[in-house]
Amino acid sequence: MNEPNILLQLSNVEQRYRSGQRTFTAVENVNLTLAEGEFVALLGPSGCGKSTLLRIITGLQQPSEGSVLYRNQPLQGVNPYATIVFQTFALFPWFSVLENVEIALKARGLPASVRAPRAMELLDRVGLDGFESAYPRELSGGMRQKVGFARAMAVEPELLCLDEPFSALDVLSAESLRNDLIELWIEGKIPTKAILMVTHNIEEAIMLAGRIVVMDKGPGRIVADLPVDLPYPRQRNAPAFTALIDRVYGLLAGQTQAEHIELGTAPGEPGATRILPFVSIGDLTGMLEYLSDRERGHADIYLLPERLGVDSDEVLRLIEAAELLGFVNVAQGDVALTPLGDTFADASILARKNIFAVRIRRLPIFKWLTTMLRATEGHSLEWDVVRTALELEFPPDEAERQLDTIVDWGRYAEVLAYDDSKALITLEPEAIVLEKATA
Amino acid sequence: MLLAVAGLLYLGVRLAFDAPTAVQGPEIELTPAALPWYAALSVGRMSAAYAFSFLFTIVYGYVAAYNRRAETVLMPLLDVLQSVPILSFLPVVLLGLSAILPEGVAAELAAIVLIFTSQVWNLTFAWYQSLTTIGKDLREASATFRFNRWLRLKWLELPAGAISLIWNSMMSWAGGWFFLMAAESYSVGERNFRLPGLGSFLQKAASEGDIQSLFLGIGALVLVVVALDQLVWRPLLAWADRFKLEMVEDQTPPTAWFYDLLNDSRFVQQLGAHLGRLNERLDSWLSERLQPLGMPQPGAGAWTPLSLGVVAVLLAAVGYGAFLALQALLTVSVAQWLALAAALVATFLRVTVAMIIALAWTLPVGVAIGSNATLARWLQPVVQIAASVPATALFPAFLLIFLGLPNGLNIAAVILMLMGTQWYLLFNIIAGASAIPQDLKHTAALLHLKPAARWRALTLPALFPYIITGGITASGGAWNASIVAEYTEFGGSVHSVTGIGATIAHATADGHYALLLAATLTMILAVVAINRLLWRRLYVLAEERFRME
Repeated sequence: MNEPNILLQLSNVEQRYRSGQRTFTAVENVNLTLAEGEFVALLGPSGCGKSTLLRIITGLQQPSEGSVLYRNQPLQGVNPYATIVFQTFALFPWFSVLENVEIALKARGLPASVRAPRAMELLDRVGLDGFESAYPRELSGGMRQKVGFARAMAVEPELLCLDEPFSALDVLSAESLRNDLIELWIEGKIPTKAILMVTHNIEEAIMLAGRIVVMDKGPGRIVADLPVDLPYPRQRNAPAFTALIDRVYGLLAGQTQAEHIELGTAPGEPGATRILPFVSIGDLTGMLEYLSDRERGHADIYLLPERLGVDSDEVLRLIEAAELLGFVNVAQGDVALTPLGDTFADASILARKNIFAVRIRRLPIFKWLTTMLRATEGHSLEWDVVRTALELEFPPDEAERQLDTIVDWGRYAEVLAYDDSKALITLEPEAIVLEKATA
Repeated sequence: MLLAVAGLLYLGVRLAFDAPTAVQGPEIELTPAALPWYAALSVGRMSAAYAFSFLFTIVYGYVAAYNRRAETVLMPLLDVLQSVPILSFLPVVLLGLSAILPEGVAAELAAIVLIFTSQVWNLTFAWYQSLTTIGKDLREASATFRFNRWLRLKWLELPAGAISLIWNSMMSWAGGWFFLMAAESYSVGERNFRLPGLGSFLQKAASEGDIQSLFLGIGALVLVVVALDQLVWRPLLAWADRFKLEMVEDQTPPTAWFYDLLNDSRFVQQLGAHLGRLNERLDSWLSERLQPLGMPQPGAGAWTPLSLGVVAVLLAAVGYGAFLALQALLTVSVAQWLALAAALVATFLRVTVAMIIALAWTLPVGVAIGSNATLARWLQPVVQIAASVPATALFPAFLLIFLGLPNGLNIAAVILMLMGTQWYLLFNIIAGASAIPQDLKHTAALLHLKPAARWRALTLPALFPYIITGGITASGGAWNASIVAEYTEFGGSVHSVTGIGATIAHATADGHYALLLAATLTMILAVVAINRLLWRRLYVLAEERFRME
């Protein structure tokens, strides 16, 4: 029934976890097939469950639902045919470079006579000869990750999994390591049958992979599966390349919807509460100022990471925030300032705060919080109380992040005050007066 | 939890009733020639106790870290156990053992058990802590690269805990020396247990008022402590530098001359090669028998019939013990309870005074050492040697001085508590002072802050977490020391002051076990309450408000 060269097959995979009374879904209804010879990038914004999926595929985690077949056999325990290159390198700091590669071989029971030469040969291949007796802490990030690659490839896995392998590196190291990887892969210098790379960097995915599986969040799911039929080495400014980048941005940035859909509902009400993107006000105003300098306040989203000097994930979050506040409209991979956004970008600091205050008052989660605050004596609530309330809606770490964002935005708009030593969130007195006046 | 401890204590006391009524230990020779042998015996005892501590630590910490269900019982239990005054345990252990074993063996075992209880708890906490804080990425790497249980222990868990285990082992040994004196020579009513060793040598020299022997004994002890430091702990620390988790290089890694010497020696290199081959064989032998592990699953550890059975039997035994303990407690009269309360207050005051004095001198001295590199280079070794001398060894010398004064024993008791605990504060303050960031010091200088303002704005807030960390250990140590500090036999007569420690010691000497039980439980409750109500809150405050990172 299956083709002989299918390595991995996920069917209807779902990952749920419980937190208190509630169950949250990290990924749902994932169907994915991986064949020999494929280099697949699993691409999506942070929080879309792509790392969870990688852990399910490598057997570090059991899915709540669905089946994982490896070479047609159900996967039990850690996948013996797969290894991982970790975002944080995960090198053992107490072992030398050589030992770090050797332990992977030793754990598989290879005798010393085989281990040392093979480890040396791999270090040679990634360009680390001469550093075998160094300790990881003596190396730069790029060199550490080379050790990570050497270790993962040493056991000759059929499936090489890369978990954001370049995102902790500086730009130049990342670029050179990407080129090394692609060279090893296309020249068949490694016995690896397939590569699965998790990344949030759109350009990186298109640069390296032969196929891109795009995921989105809330809950994590696969939204597109695109082939990348571009010859290596790929040129960033080739029209086909930029067209594909534009398309993926279009997929992930979505389309500005009617306001009531964009805003969602308040916590506790039926319907989904909109998760506020975790961005700083400084970055947001920076992007709006950049847009207002452009003709008609209009830009291709895929060009923004380079222009603003931030990565694609951050750009998507900034655009989401701006969209939510009504400062920009998004359509087909393009972003355009709204008249309100334009006014905001040109306004003085105080005027900006006023606009911002008016806009965030429209967010259901803000209305919900200010209503609660107004109902209390002294118009204040403890941080933990609000967080606990939010935990009915979001997983604990997301609840904390949401509250962080709300308070950060609220402080900027001078709607909320926060006393760190008492962990107390308070409604600013002027904000109360203002609200009464508008009511 | 408390009931369980009470039950265990009671069972020990119950055994004690069957102990022989009169015991006379071997005579201790007060000659310099006997000292090397005595020193060797004491070190042997300490090593045996340490070996047990280490094994216990590895197993207990491992179970607590990997079995969620066991963790909920084991960690609070550890918290209570470490507040149990060790010295009131000794008669229980000793008499219990001497009821079933020959007296020499019983005394030896009891000494080892006592030293064990003074060494083990901080070690276990440290190991548990390091097991539970191993990074998720290293755990995932270990699972992905198919480590089995043995390889995970050897390559991941032990290395990750190595530095903390070594530092805590050093502390454990210091704690062990403190109680060695008591462990090697103990009398319970007519029963006089004695073991040849440095501790009993000092004890005897003191009670006979033999100043020369006393100082000889202290000298020998200092020599042993310094030798262990130079030949064991410093080299271990230098070697263990590779196990640090930080990914940055240290500017001044720890060094040790003995370690360098060993490293350069050809004999050691050959030995290393042999051991390497042996290690290889052990690894492959074990690897053939062990399965690779996955990720530790949260909530793992289902009840099996066996574990249920073990728990049921334990619960029954503890429950029965607790019932008997309660019965015994009921025989303690109201007047005795009131006396206990008064004694508790007296000891509390003594501990407080000791802590205040300790803080008063360690704060300026610690800051001076910590913020001045030259001073640190000269004073650090001196302080370290001074700190390594167990206060109990010096105590007889202090008694000689103070017993003549009015209220002499009170002063001596406070001094003993002080001597046992001030070092924790001092070392923490030195560490804190040297960790104050240079840019903040520059800012304070640029702002022309006056000394008082500088202390208020920078030094004290920066030191607060360190003072609290040191204070927690110091306060626990002071309570524990009260048993030796408040009651002492010296020059053939008993001297004591009102206090919970003295009550425990009296009850022991008179064989009044119900009172012993009551006093011990009172003290445990007091220490646990102080930890919960005072120290833990201060600690949380320190972590949240004053931590620099």
